[in-house]
Amino acid sequence: MPTKIEKDVISGQETTGHEWDGIKELNTPTPKWWLYVFLATIVWAAGMFLLYPSIPYGTGYFHGLLGYSQRAMVDAEVGKLVAQRKSSMDKIATMSFDAIKGDPALMEVALTSGRITFAENCQPCHGTGGGGTPGYPALAAGAWIWGGTLSDIQQTVTHGIRSIDPDARQSAMPHFGADGTLKPAEIEAVADYVWATFYDHPATGQDVSAGAKIFADNCVACHGDHGQGTREMGAPKLASHVHLYGDSQETIVHQVNLPRQGVMPNWGARLDPATIKAVTLYVHSLGGGE
Amino acid sequence: MSRISKEERLLQLQREAAGDHLYANRVRVYPKTVRGPVRRIKWAILVTCLTIYYLLPWVRWHRGAGRPTQAVLLDVSHERFYFFNLELWPQDIWLLAGLLILGAVGLFLVTSLFGRLWCGYTCPQTVWTDLFMWVEQWVEGDRNERMQRDAGTVDADVIWKKFLKHWIWLGIAFWTGGAWIMYYVDAPTVTVEFWTGSASTEVYFFTGLFTFTTYLLAGWAREQVCTYMCPWPRFQSAMLDDQSFTVTYQGWRGEPRARGKRHQSGPSAGDCVDCGACVTACPTGIDIRDGIQLECINCGLCIDACNHVMERTHQDKWLITWDTEARQIAKKAGRDEGIRLIRPRTIIYLTVLLVAIIGLSTALVTRSTVGLSVQRDRAPVYVPLADGSLRNGYTVKIANKTALREAFDLTVNGLPGATLVVAESDPKPVEVLRMPSASDEVDTFRVLVTARPAGLTDGSQPIDFVLTETATGKQTVYHSTFMGPPGYAATRAK
Repeated sequence: MPTKIEKDVISGQETTGHEWDGIKELNTPTPKWWLYVFLATIVWAAGMFLLYPSIPYGTGYFHGLLGYSQRAMVDAEVGKLVAQRKSSMDKIATMSFDAIKGDPALMEVALTSGRITFAENCQPCHGTGGGGTPGYPALAAGAWIWGGTLSDIQQTVTHGIRSIDPDARQSAMPHFGADGTLKPAEIEAVADYVWATFYDHPATGQDVSAGAKIFADNCVACHGDHGQGTREMGAPKLASHVHLYGDSQETIVHQVNLPRQGVMPNWGARLDPATIKAVTLYVHSLGGGE
Repeated sequence: MSRISKEERLLQLQREAAGDHLYANRVRVYPKTVRGPVRRIKWAILVTCLTIYYLLPWVRWHRGAGRPTQAVLLDVSHERFYFFNLELWPQDIWLLAGLLILGAVGLFLVTSLFGRLWCGYTCPQTVWTDLFMWVEQWVEGDRNERMQRDAGTVDADVIWKKFLKHWIWLGIAFWTGGAWIMYYVDAPTVTVEFWTGSASTEVYFFTGLFTFTTYLLAGWAREQVCTYMCPWPRFQSAMLDDQSFTVTYQGWRGEPRARGKRHQSGPSAGDCVDCGACVTACPTGIDIRDGIQLECINCGLCIDACNHVMERTHQDKWLITWDTEARQIAKKAGRDEGIRLIRPRTIIYLTVLLVAIIGLSTALVTRSTVGLSVQRDRAPVYVPLADGSLRNGYTVKIANKTALREAFDLTVNGLPGATLVVAESDPKPVEVLRMPSASDEVDTFRVLVTARPAGLTDGSQPIDFVLTETATGKQTVYHSTFMGPPGYAATRAK
């Protein structure tokens, strides 16, 4: 601190007494109001420390005098929404499908809830809007293996297919090739027959009578004389334009040799009955419902 | 950093020491009350404008059961604007834009013909400031009394008068803010709700906000709004020319101005007795004798003030008058020149105005009362069905802007044999879909369109959704597409 405060000749301002190569630094102090605002922010910060969660303890933390918690706020919000939907969801749980469809307001709740539930749980396999993905049925296509009425769909969603649920829909196509029931040549022949008879393709004029005999001996019990399938057994309709595992001859060969048997979880273990009814109504509305 | 010489810096320091700052304090304006024809016209316009503003929300209009009964209602929460028998939807908002264009061009035309009539007579800032000044004059007395009071010591009388004035101002401001809200919600309902404390937070907030702004702008800011805040005075000179009528001091008659009585000033003196009546009457605190200027709102109160003085000094009235610059120049030279209302600029403004009016009214009359919008599902793009046909999903929105409950028929063109079904309903696909539609609403349907392979071309193909009003047969068309995989029709043909 210089004892004698020097004033700059040109500006008339005081200098700090610092000098570099003849250049002197002017003393331009921060305004008082700035200082007071700065002090006020320190006081403010102390208040914030006390009121809001601030100091970590290692395993826990100081919660603050206001008990502010965003997690608790989210829980409360979710609880509020659940309570708000409760009356509608209770009605959906107890009313019959026909009664729900007769109530447009309730139907709107059911379809909205069903759409969200579908997007969260079903979409990864069944695709957006139930468009299907290879190996997972297209729900919008109307090619039902286990039936497409509302109660059929509800049953399938609740208990699943080949799931751990004792009431799950069960079907097991024999491993004709892997178990040695049919020889590779026979499998080729029956696959040719199925493809030529039931699948979409330009006419080939191929003789498939050998395959027809093998089909009659081994397949008609479940898939029917005309490939119409048997829903009670979960045997798919072959005479269809939509096939679960693909439309090529190779997929038929593969399926006869060592059938893929998809599994659908029993959603009854995860979703409440009202939500399952809502998602059932949504799936039914996608265009494939019976 | 700018480099200035030592001398310049010293000059600057001297100026600062003398108190010559970059920022000037506001000079308070104490307008003197005047009487005369201009003042009477201003009062008439003020009363008319305020009556319309305060009472319009209370005018009722019958629209049928369950519809708003307010004649003018900007129902933002229900997305409807009502103007008597006209009902606007959000889709019609361009009409409002057109109305603003009309307003702007109309303002240009009036300004180029008669100067800033809008500013001086009908601008809300002027109207409310006038009203607030009238209250001020009624409570505190005229100019001289007010100036003395503000300059003198604060005593009980001053406190009482100021208190009364500000409370009356706040009362008017509150009434103004409350009336503003009534244009957005039903007036009788909101009035009851407001006083029973059951109105929404927004109602209280906006009433408070507009109370505050009215009080601030009309009570405190006044001419500063016109001079500093409003952009209009800055560019209005672009509309004016030497043929525009403005409030004008006739310098050729008034100059050289001379204080005192005429016979003492000699024959060479002009008519202006330099009494300053025009200056004290001015609500923006300017001297009209300096010529046309930014701050002049063209209200003409100086005309009334001057006429009064001219009468008392036994001279011709209208020393300050409405006139054009060109005529003033001619008069100064001893000539008389006519008025030219038809000029290139007024013709252009008038043409634009007429085109806008015709265009807007045509659009208003012919605007469709039915709206159709179709959005194709993005996923799944298409669904091949078990029976071999192909399906696309669409979200169809039907906007029925009429007050009638109508039935519509929805069909698809460009896809022979296609069937339609509303997804949520029990599926019974038909070629012509009957759609119910509630009046004055937008209804949303998910429509599934199913096409037989024979009707398909490869990939995507354009189709038209056609909505037919069953009563009138009027059709609305929306272009869309129908998507499918390449080669689909060929493989499913058998």
